Amino acid sequence: MSKLTRDAVLKLAHLSRLKLTDEEVERFRQELSEILAYVEQLDKVDTKDLEPTYQVTGLKNVMRDDQPIDYQAQPKDLLKNAPASEKGQFKVKRVLG
Amino acid sequence: MDDWPAIADIAGRVQKGELKAVDLMKHSFDMIARTKEFEAIISVPEARAMARAKEIDAKVAKGGKVGRLAGVPFVAKDNFLTFGGKTTAASHMLENFEAPYQATAVNKLEIEGAICVAKANLDAWAHGSSTENSDFFVTKNPYDKTRVPGGSSGGSATSVALKIAPFATGTDTGSSVRLPAAFCNVVGLKPTYGAVSRSGVVAMASSLDVIGSLAGTVEDAALVFDVMAGTDELDSTTIERDPKGYDIQSATFDLRGSKIGVIKEYMGPEVEETVKKQINGAIKQLAEAGAQISEVSIPSLPFSLAVYYIICPAEVSSNLARYDGQRYGLSASDAKELEDSYNLSRERGFGAEAKRRIMIGSHVLSSGYYDAYYKKAQTVRTKLINEYEAVFKNVDFLVGPVSPTPPFKIGARAKDPLQMYLSDLLMVGSNITGVPSISVPAGFSNDLPVGLQIIAPMRADRQLLSFAKAFEGLSK
Repeated sequence: MSKLTRDAVLKLAHLSRLKLTDEEVERFRQELSEILAYVEQLDKVDTKDLEPTYQVTGLKNVMRDDQPIDYQAQPKDLLKNAPASEKGQFKVKRVLG
Repeated sequence: MDDWPAIADIAGRVQKGELKAVDLMKHSFDMIARTKEFEAIISVPEARAMARAKEIDAKVAKGGKVGRLAGVPFVAKDNFLTFGGKTTAASHMLENFEAPYQATAVNKLEIEGAICVAKANLDAWAHGSSTENSDFFVTKNPYDKTRVPGGSSGGSATSVALKIAPFATGTDTGSSVRLPAAFCNVVGLKPTYGAVSRSGVVAMASSLDVIGSLAGTVEDAALVFDVMAGTDELDSTTIERDPKGYDIQSATFDLRGSKIGVIKEYMGPEVEETVKKQINGAIKQLAEAGAQISEVSIPSLPFSLAVYYIICPAEVSSNLARYDGQRYGLSASDAKELEDSYNLSRERGFGAEAKRRIMIGSHVLSSGYYDAYYKKAQTVRTKLINEYEAVFKNVDFLVGPVSPTPPFKIGARAKDPLQMYLSDLLMVGSNITGVPSISVPAGFSNDLPVGLQIIAPMRADRQLLSFAKAFEGLSK
């Protein structure tokens, strides 16, 4: 049974881009350990000679012409919810400190 | 409270000018006001609904043609993108989000004249089985205010039960249409994976998510599904419609000789006796009507919840990665750098359950763990699909309970995530394998509703609906 360490939770928080509080780190350490212990029961299932299934309908490579379509939303509509924009672009914080 | 007439009757009377769409809107708004204590609704796009209703009435007055859902009010789960107000997914992250386009399913309903009167509460991001995970408030069960309505489409099911509108839309990733339908004594359809476009619906777990309908009767749920179903170039996972469609108003189904399998694994010790009693009563009704009943086994089914709680969080972590505070949604204005902005926006915009699923997902997908968790789960998925196919060689439909328990008390499972996850035990198999399933009311146990789950093979949605209608006829 896998017990997550505090460091493991901090690593997952980083991978997930979440800045957790100390209280959350401890809470999630316990809860996530319990959930992982539950799902690890799959170790017992014999899956010899079976391939994984990622999509259940069997559709493959659904293509369409590489042409723009006339869609309901225009760029200005998509920028309407942006926290910051300039000249029709999303504006983000500086990348380097 | 008065029942709504059948959806086709409402639309028929609007088409003839006997009923005004505007009056139907007013009735829905009145019902919303009168049922506020149940907290089923997040927002009401009243101005847009009234404008659309007036348009329809004007068209009818001029002798114009209006659609087969003309003037019919509906409630959309608040993870469907709609115009006329906000779309929040019941999350702080999207608390102020105004959709720049509408979901394909909503557009299709609107083309036929249906009108969205309210946006329903849900577990935030559709993560949950009780609607207690909403970042805003907890919806109450229409039959007992101290209990949950089920989730995640709890607001949708409650709205239909309270007669706010004759139907509501829902999404079902593991149980989210069927469980609240069972807990609120309404019909809830989870169609075959890919039957309805998910374009414009807030994505949860993309290999499991389907869009379904909730209504008072099987026929109404089927009509709504018929309108929404079909391929869409905006969702490349959509499949072709049944050539006969899904409207079953004139369909008949002869129960005599139909072969029904009772799933042994769905009648185990985790199912409460009161629930078993109702389900056995329903099975007896089917037998008396001439159906051939046999017990069948899907041996890997007890592992389905473990499969689900690997695949679902993996896909959730991927789908929720887009909420980074840069393009839309909550954005931490006090962050100094880009990385800080991501971390703080996500920390503040996501509730505990979203964070839990994102981190579990990150874990099972991370290098070193991928094979042991994610690939293993997807391989057990194959095993389950094979077992379902084998069992459907011998029976036409599978039956069992929707939920192992009646609606539980608000707060009873909220503190223990794993206990909450177990609510979905008897339903996730249909999402993992993609098969269509429906929850149909099967009476009451101690004054609390119990739902019968009926499961059909892939793409047999029309047959499923016809059979469910026949069962519904027996219990009325």
